[in-house]
Amino acid sequence: MNLGMTLLLQGIGFFIFLFVVYKFVLPPLADAVDGRRRQIADGLAEAEKGKASLATAQKEVDKIIAEAKAKASEIVALAEKQRTATIDASKSEAKAAGDREKQMAADEIAQLSVKAKAELRDRVADLAVAGAERILKREINPQVHSDLLGQLKAEL
Amino acid sequence: MSEDSSAAQSPTEYIQHHLTNLHGMIGGNEINVDTVVTGWLLGALVFGGLWILSRGVKTEGVPGKAQAFFELLYEFVDAQVKDMFTGNRRWIVAVSFTVFVWILAMNSVKFLPVDFVGVATHSFAHAWKPVATADLNTTLAISLSVILLMIIESIKVKGIGGYIHELTMTPFHGGNLIAKIVLLPINFLFQMIELLSKPLSLALRLFGNMYAGEVIFLLISLLAGAGIFGVLSGAVLHAGWAVFHLLVVPLQAFIFMMLTAVYLAMAHESH
Repeated sequence: MNLGMTLLLQGIGFFIFLFVVYKFVLPPLADAVDGRRRQIADGLAEAEKGKASLATAQKEVDKIIAEAKAKASEIVALAEKQRTATIDASKSEAKAAGDREKQMAADEIAQLSVKAKAELRDRVADLAVAGAERILKREINPQVHSDLLGQLKAEL
Repeated sequence: MSEDSSAAQSPTEYIQHHLTNLHGMIGGNEINVDTVVTGWLLGALVFGGLWILSRGVKTEGVPGKAQAFFELLYEFVDAQVKDMFTGNRRWIVAVSFTVFVWILAMNSVKFLPVDFVGVATHSFAHAWKPVATADLNTTLAISLSVILLMIIESIKVKGIGGYIHELTMTPFHGGNLIAKIVLLPINFLFQMIELLSKPLSLALRLFGNMYAGEVIFLLISLLAGAGIFGVLSGAVLHAGWAVFHLLVVPLQAFIFMMLTAVYLAMAHESH
C-alpha cells in the first residue's frame, strides 16, 4: 500500500468533479425540478380555485332556477286569475247585452201595442160613430160634435 | 491475465497478481496508475455525461426519459439531505451528489468479471486493478476531502473562534475557569479522535467492502481451474456473489453519501 501521490490525485479529481457538479450539472436540474414543483403547486391551487368558483356558480344557478320557478308559478297564477276575470267579464257583458236586447224588444213590443191600441181605439171610435149614426139615422156633423167625439175617444 | 500465464500461476500468485496495482512514477512519487486512470476516466464519463444531459434539461413541459432518470437521481440525494438539514442545502447536495455518483460508478466496475479487464489491458500493462474504490487511496482521498469541506464549513458558520471553542470547550463543559482549563486537553483529545475517526471509518468501510468483495470474486474465479465441475460451480457462485453485489455496490455508495451529508449538516450545528 503506497498512500501519497495517488491519494492526492484522487482528491484533486474529486474536487474537479465537485466543481463541475456544483457549477454546471446541478443548477439547471435544480431549476427544472423547482420550476416544475412550482408549476404543479400553481396548477393544484388553480384547480382548487376552479372548484370553489364552480361551487359558487352552482349556487348562483340554483338560486336563479329557484327564482325562475317562483316567477313562473306567479305568472301562471296571474294568468289563471286573469282568465277567470276575463271569463267573468265576458259573461257579465254577454248577459248585459242580452238584457239590453231583451229590453229593446220589450220596449218595441210595448210601443207597438200602444200604437195598435191607439189605432184600434180610432177604429172603434169610428165604428161607434158610424153605428150611432146609423142608429140615430141622422148625420152627426163631425165638425160640430168633434168635442163630443174626442171626449168619447178619450174615454175608450 | 491471458490464459497461458494464469495456468502457470499458483492460486496465491493469481490472487496477489490481481490485487497488485499498476505502478507508475510522477515526479519521483510512486502512483497507482490503474486507480487514478480508472477513477478519473469514470468520473469524466459520468459527470461529463450528466453535464451534457443538464444542458438539455427542460424547465417546462413533460421531461424526457433521460431527464426523468437524472431528476430521480438528484431528488434521491436531495431528499436525504432535506431530511437532516434545513437551510440552503445546494452545496451539501452537490457534495453528496458527487460522492454518490462517483463512488457508484467506481464500485460498479465490480460487475465486470475479474479477468475481463485484465485480458483487455494485458497488451499494455502487466496488471490492472479496475475497481478504484478497492484502493485505500481513493476512499481516503474522498473521505479526507469531505472532512476538509466539513472543517471549512464549520469555520464559515461559526467563525474561527467559534470552531476553536468547539474543539476545546466541548463535549465537556467546565463551570468555572479552572474546570475549563482542566477539561481543555481532554476535550481537545476527544475532538481530535472524532475528527480522525470520521474520515477513517468512511474510507475503511468502503475500502474493506470493495477489497473483500474483490478477494471473494478471485477465490470463486480460482474454481474455474478445477475442471468442468469447478467451472460450473464457479459460474453459479460468481452469479450469486454478483447478485449480492447488486446490493453492496449501491449500498456502500449510499452510506458514504449519507454520512457525507450528515457530517456537512453537523458542521452547521453548534453545541
